[in-house]
Amino acid sequence: MLVLLPVAALLAKSGTGGTSQFWREISNPEAVAAIKLTLIVSAIVVLLNAVFGTLIAWVLVRDEFPGKKIVNALIDLPFALPTIVAGVVLLALYGKGSPVGIDVAFTRFSIGLALLFVTLPFVVRSVQPVLMELDVSMEEAAESLGASPLTVLRRIVLPSLTPAIISGVALSFARAVGEFGSLVLITGNLPFKTEVGSVYVFGQIQNENLPAAAAVSVVLLLAALVVLAALTLLSRWRSKHVG
Amino acid sequence: MSAEGGGALALSPAPSGRVAKPRGTSRADGSARARRLGLRTVALGYLALLLLAPVAMIFYRTFEHGLSPVWNAITAPNAQSAFWLSIEIVAIAVPLNTVFGIGIALLMERGRFRGKALLGMLIDLPFAISPVVIGLSLVLAYGKTGWLGDWLAERGIQVIFSVPGMVIATAIVSLPFVARETMPVLRELGTDAEQAASTLGASGWQTFWRITLPGIRWGVVYGVVLTTARALGEFGAVSIVSGRIEGETQTLPLYVQARFENFDVTGAYTAAVVLAILAFATLIAMNLLTRHTRGKTAEVAA
Repeated sequence: MLVLLPVAALLAKSGTGGTSQFWREISNPEAVAAIKLTLIVSAIVVLLNAVFGTLIAWVLVRDEFPGKKIVNALIDLPFALPTIVAGVVLLALYGKGSPVGIDVAFTRFSIGLALLFVTLPFVVRSVQPVLMELDVSMEEAAESLGASPLTVLRRIVLPSLTPAIISGVALSFARAVGEFGSLVLITGNLPFKTEVGSVYVFGQIQNENLPAAAAVSVVLLLAALVVLAALTLLSRWRSKHVG
Repeated sequence: MSAEGGGALALSPAPSGRVAKPRGTSRADGSARARRLGLRTVALGYLALLLLAPVAMIFYRTFEHGLSPVWNAITAPNAQSAFWLSIEIVAIAVPLNTVFGIGIALLMERGRFRGKALLGMLIDLPFAISPVVIGLSLVLAYGKTGWLGDWLAERGIQVIFSVPGMVIATAIVSLPFVARETMPVLRELGTDAEQAASTLGASGWQTFWRITLPGIRWGVVYGVVLTTARALGEFGAVSIVSGRIEGETQTLPLYVQARFENFDVTGAYTAAVVLAILAFATLIAMNLLTRHTRGKTAEVAA
């Protein structure tokens, strides 16, 4: 009831004007630019997440160094930290008057930076348990038979991690597409330049243009759900058919 | 939606790394060590630049001019009222979600009914939907021109742009945590003890209070910690349904934004630091609880 009623109202609203109005709203150039930007930046961010998330999980499981427990606990910080605080925190170091001379505020880089921050835990936390269960004897066997580290990684480690990486990527993508709090301050919300989908929706709500807000919301929602479902199916298929 | 459950997967107790076994032949030892060191440097460097340095920076910037500006910022009337409103919303939304979450978890693990898979997907929905979209949906359902708008107006109830709407928004975004954390524990617990109790004549309530609840309490507590953190920090959904009147419908995260946009950097940083400290407290609680439950519950995120 709590969840369904509002979502039903959303779908109804986006449908009240018929399909023609729905198309008019989402083919508005500003809306198109915002949706495109959201999807492109989210895609780049999740690819980076796949690489760095897996790497971090690897280091946390297979490596030993002082302070590892603390690093492990810190991975969840982006989940615990309110999103608006994430935005402020990034601006403090990488915004105007940056002490390190890097100012990404109001650029497209800032979107990527904020999204990397808030989605960091997903891939790490889905790969980590799988990596812990992974038997190292297979890798050792391959190595002693003369396989190079790269071959071991490509032929033995990555195939078993792929389902976990994919599901982490799917969750990151859904989160990135809908992210709002960490972006409002850092991106400057410049239409056609740094305005992402969720911020566009917010703007339309403020302008009381609810049909436009509802239409773009539905597109964002569908994008997140479709990617989530597709990648879940893919990872399930892979885990059934590979190794 | 992923069957593993968005939240459960991502927010399950942090697994601690297992000690790596020494491996590799003596010939390869040198290059293996170099490789390991290289990977470690890249991973930690990435975390430092993305996570640690920015968070450390805000603490430094907040306290660089000493404690008195910070104290003034904390005691500002609007900061105080934002803080207490946040607490008030958490105090309503979290117990609500706790009861509801335990109920859903029991239904999912102990009940048998049609549409169970659908319900499972529905619980996870708030994780997949943007907070902005949740806010918009609430406006469309309960707002002036919304479905229930007239009905509510006739009774003089204002939901949108007032505290009830903010509570509902917060409850929705933090809805899945308790259910998601309790379900695996409930599954692990099994039904043997419950069946034994009811065979010996215990009523449903007795069984729940004396057998089930003690068994799942750490899972529930873990879920409550996550719910509280999320509820305290929610921004997007709440910002849409709040009227954002300073001192009235402004929560602490909204206050951070308002201060920042008014170029009151000290005010914004101070409130942000308060929220960050609460986030660190959450992390510590999560880790203590993970230690508590380890061994009792199997790896949740498998």
